[in-house]
Amino acid sequence: MVLSKSWGTRGTDIMIFVLLTIVACISLFPLWYTIALSFSDKAAVNAGRVFAWPVGFNLSSYKIILEDHKFFAAFLISVKRVLLGGAINFILTVIMAYPLARDNKMFPGRKYYVWYLVFSMLFSGGLIPLYMTITELHLQNTIWSLVLPGAVPVFNVILIMNFFRNLPKELEEAAVVDGAGPWYTLMRIFIPVSMPALATVTLFSIVGHWNSFFDGLIYMNRPENYPLQTYIQQLVVRIDPALMQSLTTEQLIELSKASDKTLNSAKLIVAMIPLLMIYPFLQKYFVHGIVLGSVKE
Amino acid sequence: MRSKKWLLNYHLMLLPGILLLIVFSTIPIFGVVIAFQNFIPGIPIFKQDWAGLDNFKFMFQLPDSKRVFVNTIVIASMKIVLGLLIPVTFALLLNEIRVRSFKRLVQTIVYLPHFMSWVILSGILIAMLSIDGIVNQIIGLFHVDPIMFLASNQWFRHIIVWSDVLKEFGFSAIVYLAALAGINPSLYEAAEIDGASRTRKLFHVTIPGIMPTIVLLSTLSLGNILNAGFDQVFNLYNPLVYSTGDIVDTYVYRIGLVEAQYGLATSVGLLKSVIAILLIAVSNKLADKFANYRIF
Repeated sequence: MVLSKSWGTRGTDIMIFVLLTIVACISLFPLWYTIALSFSDKAAVNAGRVFAWPVGFNLSSYKIILEDHKFFAAFLISVKRVLLGGAINFILTVIMAYPLARDNKMFPGRKYYVWYLVFSMLFSGGLIPLYMTITELHLQNTIWSLVLPGAVPVFNVILIMNFFRNLPKELEEAAVVDGAGPWYTLMRIFIPVSMPALATVTLFSIVGHWNSFFDGLIYMNRPENYPLQTYIQQLVVRIDPALMQSLTTEQLIELSKASDKTLNSAKLIVAMIPLLMIYPFLQKYFVHGIVLGSVKE
Repeated sequence: MRSKKWLLNYHLMLLPGILLLIVFSTIPIFGVVIAFQNFIPGIPIFKQDWAGLDNFKFMFQLPDSKRVFVNTIVIASMKIVLGLLIPVTFALLLNEIRVRSFKRLVQTIVYLPHFMSWVILSGILIAMLSIDGIVNQIIGLFHVDPIMFLASNQWFRHIIVWSDVLKEFGFSAIVYLAALAGINPSLYEAAEIDGASRTRKLFHVTIPGIMPTIVLLSTLSLGNILNAGFDQVFNLYNPLVYSTGDIVDTYVYRIGLVEAQYGLATSVGLLKSVIAILLIAVSNKLADKFANYRIF
């Protein structure tokens, strides 16, 4: 591939390098800036003296978070939600994908189930009817309202179903000859050989659970039941609409200056730590996942 | 070898998932009947007072609902166009890089924002765009007066669209990078022998090579024209920018769950779903016609 390289191409190469470096910096800068804010002195932040490096380095906002019981309660609820929700998503994905990966002869009911899954993916009642269903079932203020509505990750089931279908038939036949039943075949043959694909979709579902705030906001009436993202949304992001409408621009400016940006930034960073911890694994796996998704035909 | 017992086990494996889907996905569909009722919370659905098409008539008279549909379509189409152009450009640039470690480093960095929640990113954006945030500091160096970006109807849509691009461009580029990797290298060799310059190779080999993917993704994106991104708008907007930023989903949330006008909110939501389903059907047809691809 590498043939002659004139000075013109060199120049283009350098330009592309520079351009991509700038793009990467722009992508990373918001995170970097938030970290700088979180370690800075409050007065320096409010005076607008922080650019890319902490000014008046200190850990006071992190100390405040360490003593903040509400923050940790919310953090814990999110961890619980991720573990429970991720496990349910994983189990349902494999036990649904496996029978659906049979061919029509082996499992005559298959096509009706697949049809129903696609139907569920396309049609939904929308926000209000789902909200009413959850309240009718009295799931409000329980972790189940966060975990059960999305318990079946239909898209992942279809993805893994296609993955299972592409596995060599001999693998399963050998197990069956040895007297394995369907559950045993699934546990001992299908799950182990599909681990990269399953890890991909599970990591995605974990990230989804960790990141969602809206169900926490509408299904939890008591702030002490909020998962972390909802807690942060309420404290850091939300501006009271009633307040907004009644204020003048000058008052708004004062209000935005009064907000504790240092502490807020530290909260955002702490909320991101788990994600940054699993990111290397995500990185490793999700390219498989994308390829997996694109080989549908 | 495969007995009835196997079949029974298959049904058993599917049972829990199907039950959950029935409860949380299919039963709520019947809940859309409240779009045709004067719904009062606390009374069972079948005992509610029927309103016929009143909610829909009312919806079409409201100036707000016209506004939210327009905002939704404008924001979503801006996102669709830029969400196509920028990832393609990025993928083409990255594809020119032969130094693998640099390539991988850039990719690792630009994928990261995709995994952050809109709550976190909004928190960051609010800090950056506030009156004493970094963006105003920088424009202050050029003697421009500070701007209240998030309270300005002039800026709000741009902030929504460009921050979405920033979050997603790297991740969306993956598909194009896969398509680029799939181009037959002998095409480049042939072009090289014919004396094609780098630009010529780009226009005659590379871009035609990923064109099917571009066509496919752009037709499929048509189905998303009513999805302007609830999480993002919800976390960044405020009453001052309702006229340019309020979208269907945020409106449904406000009139439904905040103001408890369940019937009206459901009818707005229902109209959105009906249009969305039609659009998905159309985009599926178009994808089949232009890119030979069928989702269903």
